[in-house]
Amino acid sequence: MGTVVVDVMPKQEILDPQGQAVVGALRRLGQSRFSDVRQGKRFTLQVEGEVTEEVLAAAREAAETLLSNPVIEDVVSVRELVEGEVASS
Amino acid sequence: MRVGVVTFPGSLDDHDAQRAVELAGGEAVPLWHGDTDLGGVDAVVLPGGFSYGDYLRCGAIARFAPVMDVLVPAARGGLPVLGICNGFQVLCESHLLPGALVRNDHQQFACVDQRLRIERVDTAWTGDFAQDEEVTIVLKNGEGAFMADEHTLDALEGEGRVVARYLGPNPNGSRRAIAGISNERGNIVGLMPHPEHCVEEGYGPGLDGLPFFTSVLRAVVDA
Repeated sequence: MGTVVVDVMPKQEILDPQGQAVVGALRRLGQSRFSDVRQGKRFTLQVEGEVTEEVLAAAREAAETLLSNPVIEDVVSVRELVEGEVASS
Repeated sequence: MRVGVVTFPGSLDDHDAQRAVELAGGEAVPLWHGDTDLGGVDAVVLPGGFSYGDYLRCGAIARFAPVMDVLVPAARGGLPVLGICNGFQVLCESHLLPGALVRNDHQQFACVDQRLRIERVDTAWTGDFAQDEEVTIVLKNGEGAFMADEHTLDALEGEGRVVARYLGPNPNGSRRAIAGISNERGNIVGLMPHPEHCVEEGYGPGLDGLPFFTSVLRAVVDA
C-alpha cells in the first residue's frame, strides 16, 4: 500500500485572507516573529500497490485538473509519502 | 420560452431563480445535477448556493456533475447560460469563463444591497438594460472576489466583456471592481450579485434584477 502526497498553495500574487487572519491571531498570542502566514492544502492519495512513476503521473494529472485551480493556486509538490511520515492522524 | 435551472446538492437559490423566470414570463424547468440531457430548454441558469458544500473549492466538484457534461458543449455552442454567485464559480471552474472567485478580502460574508453599473448590454442576459445603467442588486457571498492575472483582466476590459461593475466601495476585493463577466459571444454570463432576489415588490431593494430574465426571453425569441 502506497500513498502520494500532493501539496497545493495559493499563488504568491493572490491575497490569502485566511493566512492573514492566522498571522493576526498569532500576533495576539505574542508570536510576532512570524511576519506572514499562507495557508495551503495537503491531499493524501492512497493506492493499493506501490507508488510507481505511473501512479505519480496520474497523481500529477489529478493535482492539475481537480485538486488545484491554476488560476489561483500552485501545485508545489507531488511525491510519495516517505516511510515513518504520518499520512493522517 | 423554457429556462432550465440546475439544482446541485447544496444549491440554495434554485427556487428563487425559477420564480424569477416565471415572473419574467418564461417557463422554469427544474434540472438535476445528475441529468444527462437538458430537456430541450432554451437557456439555463446555474443558481447560487453551496454546491457540494463548497468542498475542495467553490464550484470545483459541481464542474464534474453529469449535467455539466451536456451543459458545457451546449454553452460553447451558443446556449444562453447565466451563472449567479455559486453558478459563476461553477462557470469559472468549468473554464467557460476566465478567472476565479476567491474569499472576500475582509474575510467576512457580505450581504448588502449593492449598486452596480451594467457595462455590457449586448449579452443574452442584459439586452433589456441601458448602456451604463446603474442598478441595485442584492450581493451575498463569502468568496466573491473576482481574480485573474493582469493580462486576462486587460483582455476582458479591452474586449468589453465586463458585464457589471461594483459602484462605491469595493465590497469584496474583486480585481477592478468586477461583479460580472461574459464570454466573447455574450451568451454566457457570470454574475456575483443575485438578480433573482430583486424581481418582486416587497422583497429586496427593488426590481432591478428582472431585466436579466426578460432579456434572455427576448434573446431566445429573436434568435
